[in-house]
Amino acid sequence: MARTLLKSTVGKKTIMAVSGLIMLMYLVVHMLGNLKIFFGAGEFNHYAHWLRTLGEPFLHYEWALWLIRVVLVAAVVAHAVSAYQLSRLDRRARPVAYAHKRRRASYATRTMRWGGIILALFIVWHLLDLTTGTVHPGGFQEGHPYQNVVDTFSTWYSGVIYIVAMLALGLHIRHGFWSAAQTLGAGNATRDRVLKATANALALVLTVGFIAVPVAVMTGVVS
Amino acid sequence: MTEYAHYGTGAPVSDTKAPQGPVAERWDTRRFEARLVNPANRRKHTVIVVGTGLAGGAAGATLAEQGYHVVQFCYQDSPRRAHSIAAQGGINAAKNYRNDGDSVHRLFYDTVKGGDFRARESNVHRLAQISVEIIDQCVAQGVPFAREYGGLLDTRSFGGVQVSRTFYARGQTGQQLLLGAYQALSRQIAAGTVEMHPRTEMLDLIVVDGTARGIVARDLITGKIDTYFADAVVLASGGYGNVFYLSTNAMNSNATAIWRAHRRGAHFANPCFTQIHPTCIPRTGDHQSKLTLMSESLRNDGRIWVPRAQGDARPANEIPEDERDYYLERIYPAFGNLVPRDIASRAAKNVCDEGRGVGPGGQGVYLDFADAIARMGRKAVEEKYGNLFDMYARITAEDPYETPMRIYPAVHYTMGGLWVDYDLQTTIPGLFAIGEANFSDHGANRLGASALMQGLADGYFVLPSTISDYLARHPHHDAVDAAHPAVAETVAATRERLERLLAVDGDRTADSFHREIGELMWEFCGMARTEEGLRKALDRIPQIREEFWRRIKVPGTGEEFNQSLERANRIVDYLELAELMCLDALHRAESCGGHFREESQTPEGEAARRDEEFGYAAAWEFTATGVAPVLHKEDLVFEYVHPTQRSYA
Amino acid sequence: MKLTLRVWRQQNADAPGTMATYPVDGISEDMSFLEMLDTLNEELTLKGEEPVAFDHDCREGICGACSLVINGDAHGPERTTTCQLHMRSFDDGDTIDVEPWRAAAFPVVKDLVVDRSAFDRIIQSGGYISAPTGAAPEAHSTPVPKPDADFAFEHAECIGCGACVAACPNGSAMLFTSAKINHLNVLPQGAPERETRVLDMVAQMDEEGFGGCTLTGECATACPKGIPLPSIAAMNKEWLRATRKVSR
Repeated sequence: MARTLLKSTVGKKTIMAVSGLIMLMYLVVHMLGNLKIFFGAGEFNHYAHWLRTLGEPFLHYEWALWLIRVVLVAAVVAHAVSAYQLSRLDRRARPVAYAHKRRRASYATRTMRWGGIILALFIVWHLLDLTTGTVHPGGFQEGHPYQNVVDTFSTWYSGVIYIVAMLALGLHIRHGFWSAAQTLGAGNATRDRVLKATANALALVLTVGFIAVPVAVMTGVVS
Repeated sequence: MTEYAHYGTGAPVSDTKAPQGPVAERWDTRRFEARLVNPANRRKHTVIVVGTGLAGGAAGATLAEQGYHVVQFCYQDSPRRAHSIAAQGGINAAKNYRNDGDSVHRLFYDTVKGGDFRARESNVHRLAQISVEIIDQCVAQGVPFAREYGGLLDTRSFGGVQVSRTFYARGQTGQQLLLGAYQALSRQIAAGTVEMHPRTEMLDLIVVDGTARGIVARDLITGKIDTYFADAVVLASGGYGNVFYLSTNAMNSNATAIWRAHRRGAHFANPCFTQIHPTCIPRTGDHQSKLTLMSESLRNDGRIWVPRAQGDARPANEIPEDERDYYLERIYPAFGNLVPRDIASRAAKNVCDEGRGVGPGGQGVYLDFADAIARMGRKAVEEKYGNLFDMYARITAEDPYETPMRIYPAVHYTMGGLWVDYDLQTTIPGLFAIGEANFSDHGANRLGASALMQGLADGYFVLPSTISDYLARHPHHDAVDAAHPAVAETVAATRERLERLLAVDGDRTADSFHREIGELMWEFCGMARTEEGLRKALDRIPQIREEFWRRIKVPGTGEEFNQSLERANRIVDYLELAELMCLDALHRAESCGGHFREESQTPEGEAARRDEEFGYAAAWEFTATGVAPVLHKEDLVFEYVHPTQRSYA
Repeated sequence: MKLTLRVWRQQNADAPGTMATYPVDGISEDMSFLEMLDTLNEELTLKGEEPVAFDHDCREGICGACSLVINGDAHGPERTTTCQLHMRSFDDGDTIDVEPWRAAAFPVVKDLVVDRSAFDRIIQSGGYISAPTGAAPEAHSTPVPKPDADFAFEHAECIGCGACVAACPNGSAMLFTSAKINHLNVLPQGAPERETRVLDMVAQMDEEGFGGCTLTGECATACPKGIPLPSIAAMNKEWLRATRKVSR
């Protein structure tokens, strides 16, 4: 079974779909957590701390968080590797372009590959900024996420990077969620509208939810 | 008048394989008498099958399943594209699922009568018997026939009969049946038992010591001419309706395989029996390359009419009910719009000749669904005929739900073909012809939904049973020597013909000659034929042939993909076949089925048969190009269905 | 009508190709697109030039032979086959680009003719029900619910023209493959080979060098027979089911 999955184009798509859905689930939780910033530094920082103590006393401090991180990294790698392999196959399957160019498919569909690359770069920046603090503008303070977030979005370029990435995320989810449903065989003629509506709703809610934070900081609602 | 018309009459041909006894038992008897090939020995026998339509595809698959080594050819890029795919309406079978009085005997009776008593009783009865098995076979293959809500198969009625015995898959029955056969064939190709050669066209038959031992074929991509040897050759290459240029056949359907076989000694039977289908979309101009059929099933619910007055130019929906002439319902009240094809076609021609035709040039009649839509609702009509209506709208840019369709007869099917015996073997031992390529089952007129039945009966059931008798009696243990003079001569003749076509470098295209011969045939050997017209055509054809060899222009070379060369080479054969068709039509001074001689009609204008003089199948023997052929008669004996004047009134 | 055609010309599989320009005049709106090309070919032949090679046969939209990309669209601007496309879909004075199907798995044979034998090999790998002649039970012994029969028919309508591959930016054959799998897998007669069919056909599809599916939907938009896009999802479902059930 594993070999069939890894060898076949349909299998690779399945890997992309499953890893994509794992990331999507994480994003929903992540976004809800982010919104706690509107309830003040105390509640936000407390939530961040709770994440590290999740599962105690059964789990040791930060174990749960690391477990999530491992799963996420695996999902990202699986998603990216499959995407890379499929893209190579796809390009090889269509070596000669048509002389007559014409606009094809929807914007969300056409931007899946570039959108994916933008998101990958964003994730690197995002981790270096708010997890390790390597590229954090101003002094990064371990254990004070509220202040770190406010510092980040106090620089205009961070806000712009973040907002652009979240728009790309919205487009990616819009086609990605529906596409994953098709790949996993959930699509059919009667269900198609529901799936498309769900994809649109998810894309919209996540984009707006994530963008709300930098906008709030930049407009001074959160400071 | 050319000397071609002064044909001689040779010894009668007789079907020596047909068993005697009660008609219902003959097929069993023959199957029991036929010799068998030991299953272990079958793979040592190679059978060539030319064509991958319903007959060829079914035969190739079945022979391979039985263990024979099959080498199969089609000119298309894939065996799935054979023109059987375009059959729309359905397939007849005497299942009597409707409990409406149908039976094997009734299907047999209807077919003999529908063919105007020019078919063999033994063959037709066998066809009716096998029809039942075909449906079982196709359902097992996954053919998605129309079904009722209870999950059982649906049927509908068709022209020329009063029972509902036609199984269908919307308007694409031929496609679904063909894909079934193609898939069975694909399974054998994957198993290595069928060696498939697509884009390879048979150009001649190899006859060694009086038996068919192979073919000469051209690879259409590389232009390479090759020989293929076998213990028996099966031609399933379809009919020759394209001799008329405009027909419902596919553009590349052609007569080369059967005509070359005829030239090598296979008798050609009843070449003048062509079917003109009543419901085709009328032509729009000189650019027309082919005609499109609208399934006869439309006549189940559509009503055919023309204005009562001549030259009535009003749009159809402005002509009031009492100024319309529903002429089929008027003349044939019992069958109404469901009369057989030959009768419906001729009636359309008559009203158009009276100046009451509609549409451009007055060459059309209305097929009106207004009543059906009012009765069944538009949705039900869509469900039943949706794809046909769409096709009509696409071609004519008219909406058939709003304005009646315009239809006109067009050449559709050829009942004539290579003469075969009960075993489907031609007069060349080892050469078999199945499906539309042979002449056997439809007499002078084929009933709707019977072509699919015959093609599949021949391919799945008849040939695989009868060919074993030949193979068992002729165990060709030694391979054909490629250096045999007969082989060398056949290859050389093929090369020479193609080289000659390329060398003329004249000033007319192949299509222009095809159009010319087609128009001539439509005028003089079409829906109504006269002695005078046929003689005119017989005078003209040798002239066109002479001009062809002087003025044809074929660009390119023979060693490449060259569609102009393919076409020109097929026209060489049409130019000879057309002559034989006219001669056959001239010699048969009676009307029967699709062959209507104006000199032989009843006072009501119906076809008048002359059974005493013409109650035979005419099998023609080739002599030389342009030289009178020899006629061999096969007397037809009717023990069960006694010839009467057909009546559908 | 007067038109300018830009047509892909390529002498054979190994030769380089190029777009050549031809003016055509006296075109009637009632002509089919192929009849318009016939007119061009007649002129070219008489001028001593090689006519344009293109595949065509039935000219009634069912054999699946015709295969032209017209102005970037497989089978042109209408949802039909090239042979059923009529010149009334174009305007006087238009420039029309005519190209062959483009896909690695469909190499060009000459001009506008491509080799689609990859499709045949996909069918050979499992696109059938093993029912040798003579072995069939009585047709009514297994009723098929009408919705299933209709679903099978809807997918069995595929004519194997390859427009789905030509339209897909990835040269993917998922729609073609799924159409056959869905046709046969929904029927009770197809059940015994249900798993092997989908696994083998998908494997053969990959083997032939078709690309993967990114669900752009171009295939279903181009399909002259309207095979729906959810056909692909249904095949994926069959494939996942088979992957779980069969160990390979």
